[in-house]
Order: sequence, then structure tokens, then C-alpha cells
Amino acid sequence: MAKRFSALLQFALVLALGYAIQMAMDAGMINRYYAHVMTVMAIFVVGAVSLNLINGICGQFSLGHAGFMAVGAYTAAIITKNPDLILPAIFTGNVRFILATLLGGMTAAFVGFLVGLPSLRLRGDYLAIVTLGFGEIIRILLLNWDFVGGASGYFGLVRHTNFFAAFLLSIITITIIRNFIQSSHGRACVSIREDEIAAETMGVPTTRYKVIAFVIASFFAGTAGSMMAHLTQMVTPASFTFILSIELLLMVVLGGLGSITGSIGAAIFLTYAAEALRAFRAYRMILYSLLLILIMLFRPKGLLGTQELSYGLLKESFKSLRTRWQRKKNDDITAAAE
Amino acid sequence: MTITQQILQQLINGISLGSVYALMALGYTMVYGIIKLINFAHGEVFMIGAFIGFFSITKLGMDFFPAMFTAMIFCAILGILMERLAYKPLRNAHRVAALMTAVGLSMLFQNLALAHSWIGASAKGFPQVFPLQRFQLMENVNISSDRILTLAIAIFLMIALQFIVHKTIMGKAMRAVSLDKDAARLMGINVDKTISFTFALGSSLAAAAGVLFALNYGIVVYQMGLLPGLKAFVAAVLGGIGIIPGAMVGGLLLGVTESAVSAAGGSMFRDAVAFAALIIMLLVKPTGLFGKNVREKV
Amino acid sequence: MLKVENLQVYYDAIHAIKGVSLEVSQGEIVTLIGANGAGKTTILRTISGLEKAREGKIEYLGRDIASQQAHDIVKIGISQVPEGRRVFTNMSVTENLELGAYLSKDRKAKADSLKRVFEHFPRLYERRTQIAGTLSGGEQQMLAMGRALMSKPKLMMLDEPSMGLAPILVRQIFSIIKEIHKEGTTILLIEQNANMALSIADRGYVLETGKIVMQGSVQELLASEEIKNAYLGGEAAHS
Repeated sequence: MAKRFSALLQFALVLALGYAIQMAMDAGMINRYYAHVMTVMAIFVVGAVSLNLINGICGQFSLGHAGFMAVGAYTAAIITKNPDLILPAIFTGNVRFILATLLGGMTAAFVGFLVGLPSLRLRGDYLAIVTLGFGEIIRILLLNWDFVGGASGYFGLVRHTNFFAAFLLSIITITIIRNFIQSSHGRACVSIREDEIAAETMGVPTTRYKVIAFVIASFFAGTAGSMMAHLTQMVTPASFTFILSIELLLMVVLGGLGSITGSIGAAIFLTYAAEALRAFRAYRMILYSLLLILIMLFRPKGLLGTQELSYGLLKESFKSLRTRWQRKKNDDITAAAE
Repeated sequence: MTITQQILQQLINGISLGSVYALMALGYTMVYGIIKLINFAHGEVFMIGAFIGFFSITKLGMDFFPAMFTAMIFCAILGILMERLAYKPLRNAHRVAALMTAVGLSMLFQNLALAHSWIGASAKGFPQVFPLQRFQLMENVNISSDRILTLAIAIFLMIALQFIVHKTIMGKAMRAVSLDKDAARLMGINVDKTISFTFALGSSLAAAAGVLFALNYGIVVYQMGLLPGLKAFVAAVLGGIGIIPGAMVGGLLLGVTESAVSAAGGSMFRDAVAFAALIIMLLVKPTGLFGKNVREKV
Repeated sequence: MLKVENLQVYYDAIHAIKGVSLEVSQGEIVTLIGANGAGKTTILRTISGLEKAREGKIEYLGRDIASQQAHDIVKIGISQVPEGRRVFTNMSVTENLELGAYLSKDRKAKADSLKRVFEHFPRLYERRTQIAGTLSGGEQQMLAMGRALMSKPKLMMLDEPSMGLAPILVRQIFSIIKEIHKEGTTILLIEQNANMALSIADRGYVLETGKIVMQGSVQELLASEEIKNAYLGGEAAHS
């Protein structure tokens, strides 16, 4: 009971922090450019953490996360732009946006189910190629769909997304995915990552857990897509390309496969880096792909490993640093004495 | 134009396109057969091959065949380097690590091409090296000289590959390694060398496919490897991944289906055909048309 | 000829071979017997270069081969008939045999080897075009042995050639091993079927959980009560 209470308190405190930042933004204490970048960071946290569930926790390999963001973005955009389509007209404003975002996520989850089921029955390699193909096909279909503007995109959305909305979504995503990982379902997923055949012989219904994880991840990707669309007030087939999938992948890899805190940190860092390196845009993808290759070659579990970053871990590493330093000092002293 | 004529025409177009897919699918299937890795960068090897052919003709003034040969040699070396530097260190790591590296390589090649001053973002016209001729087979059914050439080269290369794989000692070593690496080692086969050889062979075929594709469609562009790469992979899965004749049949099948769909008025869905075929195949018979129904061993 | 000293092999954290030493002299048949999981196969794999020893020496004809690659070890005359035969199932019998002589460049020598193998195994000649995967267990064992002979080894190591075969076939296989030995090939034989192994060997080693627990001439081993009880007892009851 006390534990649940403290978790609730923590949740409330974090939300209050997010709300305070939003108020600071509204009051003009944080300039609009930074406000925008911070909102994008929060959205990418959603994308990276949900992708980590597939690639990091379950050890599967999805290359189409941007495709699910596109599904969510377009679905939500269609709902908010057409006052009586899909949802009755009585829902307006932010309520309509929230419902649209949920529906966007659900549509993405449904599509994720359709894409995931045939490919997840098999070994991970097939998922990679199917999701890659899926991303491309979605792009081609959207290019040819006149109702949503075809190649030029779907414009004139109301700017429903603010920092607090994106922040709230990221907190919800992190909480749900963390709880999933810590549940018996999550442990089953980890067992699939470690050794799929062994997991199966132990009686873990591997396909089912892979599909569940994939559908959850697709749902959050869809909601992130909706957030992004209602931040930039438009959505085009070029908003969610393969390159975005790769950026999300890099976030997961940088932060460590399976580490939620790592993904959060990497999403924030890479979003910042992308902004800071705007001048070197042409070389950004070269840098990213090199990074991806080098990390895989030298740290196949991701740059920061699977460990979660926590206060305890920091304390531990600080301690070990100190003992090492102390030992070195002692060695120096003995060396000097000799 | 009667229905029969239309079907025949599309069959001709499809077979020629499919032979290019088949050449590429062979590389996927051989590499998968030997190290169980989807080489995502294979599509980029195709693109690089096309550009090497293109520059050999436009900058070095080579004839078509020497240019294609140069592209094949260049990509063979590229394939060996790729395997040695990027894949070999990960042979015993988690499969996802190797896959991610492959994706990284694919992105790296694409963006290096994009950043290169000779290539860049815009498509370039591939020269019409042979005067274009059309041969009328019957009323409303044509075949162009480029298509005939493509098909002839593709068939020649496939026969050559069959010969290498079945009649030469290196080919036998390849098959032995893909079947049982330890047993192959006990025969005195150098497994690393054999894997390098496989990459060289597959990459040179992709280069040839790239040059032929460029010849047929008349353009080269840095992104040209993406969709054909995806489709060739589908072709490999259709035939049963790891099975060489399967890749050939899968490629032809996909080429014909794609032509048929685009002729039936769905040119917009042309690129979706491969994807649909992949999903259906994975649902119905994931081991492919020629695959045996065995579960993957540990 | 072959001298293994203080061999230590690990599979990750598992200490599989704990300081094994053994010796095979030219012209001998030496057998290594032991129960399932004792580490017999690991020792052979390490000698062949398929596993790497963490410690210890493997000396063959006076030179250290512990750090050599598997394909180089075949080159200097050690060949192995692996456990479970491991024939190339989707290739023909002849193709399997050809791969056995992979390192030989000399066409005539290859043809001679092939002839010799077919003399030892007339059955393989009858089935030369058949796909190896469709052969019976006994025929596959013959093929695996023939394949190993193709490289004209000085030392042939066999890993449980009797596994899964009917008694009559086992006797046949063992008489062929004796023939091969008579022609001048030194043999290191691993067996669970201790009776059979000791019936053709000169000397033997007994391996238990990664350690040699007993060694000696066949007569000494056969005389030992422990060996009788642990490895030969069941067999005696059968016959």
C-alpha cells in the first residue's frame, strides 16, 4: 500500500514538473525554439522507448517504426481535420485530439498486429525485412492517396500538441512499458531474446509474447505520430521515412538494448545533436550509420549496455571509481617508497 | 490489343525484369545460406555496381561489357571487405547485432553515394550504349534489344553460377560450409575463405544486375538499390531462402507478377505486389516453394 | 606421434576438460572410453582444432599444433570421423568423398584414394551417385570413414563409430577399422562401447568428467575390476 502510494506520489511530482515547465514556456521564460525542441524530444522518447520494447527487450528487429508513426499520424489527422468523420461532431477541441491520438495508436496497433503476426511466427530476420517493406509500402500508398493530399501532404492541422501533452504521453509510455517489462510477460520476452528455442521448450508461447510486445510498441508509435503531426501542423509521406526508423534505432542502440533509461537519454541527446548539427545535415546520416556499425562491432549490446540507469547504479560506479583511485594512489605511494 | 497479346507482352517484360531480380536474389540466398544473415547492404552493392558501370562508360569511355565486368570485380572486392570488416567480427554475436550492422552498412553506402560529388541526389541518365531496336514477335508483342541482352546475360551468369557451385571444388566447399561448418573444417576447408568467396560471388552478381537494371530503365540514382533489394529478397524467400535454383525461379515469378499487376492497371500497386507476396508466403509456406519443412536447428 | 599434455578446455564458464594428458604412438590403436558427457568428443574436437584449449600442449610429430586452424591440422595428416557422422546430406556419395580430398591438388592421387575407399567400402561404390542423406545409418558411417580416408591421414580419429548401429554392423565397421590400421594408419578411437573398443585396441584411457582416471594396456584395463563393473558389466550380461 505504501509502495503504491509512493509510486503515485512520484508520478504526481513528475507531472507537476512537466506542468511547471509548460507554464514557464507559456510565460515566455523558455523561448519558443527551445520549447519546440523539448516537445520533439518528448515525442522521440515515446518512439525510442517503444522501439526498445521490440528490439531491446524481445530481441526482435523492427525497421518500420516510422511506418507505424505514419499510420497513427494520418489517422489522427483525418479525425481532427474532419469534424464529423469517424468520431461524432460532439467531440471537439482537445478532447477530439486526445481521442484521435488514441484511435491513431489503436489503428497503428491493429496494423502492427497484421504485419507482426506472419513475420513474428518465424525467426527475427523476417520481421526486419517485412517491417522495412511495410514502411516503404505505407509511404507509397500515402503518396497516391489524394484524400490526404498525396505527395504534398496533409496540411492545416490545429496545433494541439504542447510540451505538456508530449511529456504526459512519454510518462505514460514509460510507465506502461516499464510495468510490462517487470511483469511475467516481460520476463517471457527477455527469455525469448536470450534464447528463443530454449524459451519455447520451457513452454513460453513465444509467438504470442512477441506479437503482444509488437502491438504495444506499434500503439505507442502511433500516438507519437499523432503528437508529431499536431505539433508541426502537417503530415506528409516524407515525415516518417526509413531514415526516421534508423534514427529511432540508433537511439535504442546508443542507450543500450533493453535499457529504458538509456533510450530516454539517447532520444534526448540525439534530438539535441540533430538540432546542433543542422549545418552538417548532409553528413548526419553518414555519421549515424557509422555510429550504428561501430557500436554494434564493439558493444553489441548497445553503447550503455542493458543496465538501467538509476541512483543506485550511479552510487555503485562512483564507489568503484573511488576505490580504484584509492588503490592507484596506494600503488603510487608504494612505488615511490621503493 | 487482345488479351493474349497483352499477356504475352507482359510475360516478356516480366521475365526480363525478373531475371534481374533473380541475379540479385542469388546473392541474398547464398549469403543467407552460408552465414544465416540477411545482407541488407546487398541492394547498395547493386547500386554501387550500377554506378561503377555508369562511370566506367561515361568517364573512362569503356564499352558496355568491360564496364560491366569492372563493376563486377569492384563489387566482388567490396563484398569481401564488407564481410571481413563488418560481419566476421559478429559471427558469434546475437543475430540482431549483425542485422543492425547490415542496415548500418546499407545506410552508410547510400549516404556516401548521396554525399559524393559525382553522384548526389539527382538521377542520371544511363547512356544508350546499344542502338535500341524493337523486334516484333507478333502483332502488338514486342521485345527490345536491351531486354534480349539483359535476359541473355542473366541466363549466362546463372549457368556460370550453377557450374561454379556444382562442378568446381570451391563451389562444393561453399555447399559444404553452408550445410555443416564443423564438418567442412574437418575436410580441410578454410571456412573464412569460403565465406569471402561467397560474398564475392554474390556481390558480383548484384553488380551485374545493377548495370543491367540501369541499362533497361536508363537511369542511375543513389536510392536505386532500395526497392529492387527488397524485391530480390522477397524473390529469395519465395524460392526458399538458401536454395539457389529457388532464387532464380522466385525472381522470375516476382518479375512476371509485377508486370502483370502493373499492366492490369495497378501500376500504383506495382511495388506493393512484392510485399503482399512476402506476407502470403510467410503465412502459407515460410520455407519457400522449394524449401523443405524443417524447423531451424539451434 | 601425438602427445597431449595437461589439456584444459572451457565452454564459457564450464570447465569441460580438466588437465588431460595422453599419447598415441605411430602404428597404435589407442582407445579413449568413458560415459556420455565425460568429455571424449571435446578432446577430439580440440585436437582437430574445432575447439581451442585454454591451456595445455598438443604435439603432433614433434610440433605444437594447439594454436593451429582446423583446416591446417587436416593438412598435416590428422583426420576425424565426427560423432553422428556429419555427412553432407544433400550431396552425393562421390561428392562427399571428393570433399574429403579437398586439400589434394593431385588428380591422380585423388583417383587413387577414391579407389582405395571403394575397395574398403564396396557398398559406397554401389551407392556412389546416391544422395548421402538417403543412406542408412551404417552406410553413412562408412561414408564418413571413407571421407576421412580420402585425405590419406597418418592419424585417424573416430568418434563413436558404433553409435546407433546394429551389432552386426558394428562388427563390420570395426573390422574395417582394423584393415585401415593394417595399411599403416594410426588410430585414436573414442567409444562408449568399451567391449568393442578394447577388442581391437593396443592401449586405452578411461575418461570421467574431464579427467583421465585410468590408463594402460588393454590387458591391464580388462583385468581391472573397476572397468569391468563400470564399463563392461552390462555387456557381459548381454552375451
